[in-house]
Amino acid sequence: MSVLLNKKTRVICQGFTGKQGSFHSAQMIDYGTTFVGGVTPGKGGQTHLDRPVFDSVADAVAQEGAEATVIFVPPRFAAAAIIEAATAGIRLITCITEGIPVQDMLAVKRQLAAFDCILIGPNCPGIITPGEAKIGIMPGHIHLPGRVGVISRSGTLTYEAVEQLSQTGLGQSTCIGMGGDPIHGMDFIDALRLFEADAQTEGVVMIGEIGGADEEHAAAFIRDHLTKPVVAFIAGATAPEGKRMGHAGAIISGGKGTAEAKFAALDAAGVAVEHNPTLLGRRMQALLK
Amino acid sequence: MNIHEYQAKAVLKDFGVSVPAGVLASTVEEAVAATTALSGTIWVVKAQVHAGGRGKAGGVRLCHSQAEVKQAAAEMLGMTLITHQTGAAGKLVKKVYVEQGLDIAHEYYLSMLVDREAEAVAFVVSPAGGMDIEQVAANTPEQILTRVVRHEAGPDADDCAAMIAKLGLTGRAAEAFPGLADGLYRAFCQTDASLLELNPLIQTGSGELLALDAKMAIDDNALYRQPELAALRDTGEEDPRETEAAQFGLNYIALDGRIGCMVNGAGLAMGTMDIIQLKGDKPANFLDVGGGVTVNAVCEAFKLLFSDKHVKAVLVNIFGGIVRCDLISLGLIEAIKTHPMRVPVIMRLVGTNEELGKQIIRDAGLDVRWAADLDQAAEFAVAAVGES
Repeated sequence: MSVLLNKKTRVICQGFTGKQGSFHSAQMIDYGTTFVGGVTPGKGGQTHLDRPVFDSVADAVAQEGAEATVIFVPPRFAAAAIIEAATAGIRLITCITEGIPVQDMLAVKRQLAAFDCILIGPNCPGIITPGEAKIGIMPGHIHLPGRVGVISRSGTLTYEAVEQLSQTGLGQSTCIGMGGDPIHGMDFIDALRLFEADAQTEGVVMIGEIGGADEEHAAAFIRDHLTKPVVAFIAGATAPEGKRMGHAGAIISGGKGTAEAKFAALDAAGVAVEHNPTLLGRRMQALLK
Repeated sequence: MNIHEYQAKAVLKDFGVSVPAGVLASTVEEAVAATTALSGTIWVVKAQVHAGGRGKAGGVRLCHSQAEVKQAAAEMLGMTLITHQTGAAGKLVKKVYVEQGLDIAHEYYLSMLVDREAEAVAFVVSPAGGMDIEQVAANTPEQILTRVVRHEAGPDADDCAAMIAKLGLTGRAAEAFPGLADGLYRAFCQTDASLLELNPLIQTGSGELLALDAKMAIDDNALYRQPELAALRDTGEEDPRETEAAQFGLNYIALDGRIGCMVNGAGLAMGTMDIIQLKGDKPANFLDVGGGVTVNAVCEAFKLLFSDKHVKAVLVNIFGGIVRCDLISLGLIEAIKTHPMRVPVIMRLVGTNEELGKQIIRDAGLDVRWAADLDQAAEFAVAAVGES
């Protein structure tokens, strides 16, 4: 088992024929994902990467039974693309797009409340169930099917953790990048709940960063609900206050959202906190012995 | 993106929020002329820099005559204002805002932000106005109310009643508050603001509510649809290195350490900074080259690091997914044509085109130190700085 995504999941891409959409769709197909087509308004009826192109997500759902989508459209159109997918009945929406205005995401979150779907991202690397399927931009070859779930606010830092888990032989059950935006879909708690219930997952690596209070909430949830070991790293211990560290959501403001406070909250909740991001794999290995 | 006080007040005025009458001045003559344009006998001269804490630092002066305005403007224009938010380098004052003095009966605090947990816009109000709100939060948190606006239409009667009660407003001011809250909410949403702070919001002797100060920041991701606000960018307020880096699509933030960093991805860039500190030294910068980086941008990034005199070693940490390792190597070779490699360079390249990237460096005969992983890279960088 894995969470949210497996080799049977029928995946489409919005922004399919664009440069990013084309490149990463080809990679997803290569990885073995059940990739059933894509959407580019005005290009319906064409074929791209040996897959059908549709004018709308609704068409892709009706004709190919699409269940999951990955969105590569530019920031100004991304909010509408998310809502289009939800309205069409897609259950797993992954938005890679970086740079969506916060006001747009507030509106998206208000509207999504009416739908039974999960949003991953935006501004994220996506989700991968190693050996089965990937939805997103992560390099597939560093992954290894295995025992540890990964949930993270970062992209490349996740790859770092994934590589360590592969090198130690532990591998990953499913890896989820929740993204670096302040207003986002799935959070740590959503993922932790799924990993706790998943038989394949024996432990969880979580990677947080400065800004917001998602990690503090996750700490409380772990204390009360998790039986599986959790290893956590928080990026940004050296970040100055008031500066946005690359990610829109990575900012310490008014003394809130520091790495120190997050490490402390997780530590108090019984999480194996690790201050060295290169030791996450080994730390988990010790816990799962 | 931050905008100046006088700009924020102009925005607020468009949304029906009352602000004091004021005139912008770049010279002493203009400041003196402003007193004639503004009625009254009391004026306030305010340095226009992107930083809070101006009052304590001498950047806000109450004047009772034209001569005092002249003196205040003469002293402020061209001065370097150092407040607790500017850092030691301070900010050069190029403009002052001359405002009509007002009869202040009460000072309050009011700010607006996007509440990440509630996923909605929120007001933060306190009767303790004109003070450092972080101090108020630390010492007397009961004096602060955070009110999340649950309705898309804006603050409703309950929201306003709660804030009026917390602020202790009565009479005319209490009656005026819902209109003010509505104007502020529309201003915030329609300008794609990420922060709006009125500290203080004042009540005059006659019960009128005015924004005596205004600090405003706009969501960078929304500037494409806010061209009038985007035009207010004052690059003179930014670190020139950050501005230069941004032109090449690089995410750069100057820090005070001595190990220059070049990384792909914001999280990994922070992780790299953190491990440098863990190994006993300090990063000179945050630098995320991003996913869509070009050879030219990498070249500019290396130039930026090599020309920073604080940098005693450079740590390159690339986990190539979308970013190709060969492109990083080509950027380095391009950069050293004009900016010699004057400090040790430690490279950790993994992922897409890793071997090609390393081969390019070896073929060029460059003396870089290769690290097998990030831990080793940080150790090498810290050791290299120790030797210099």
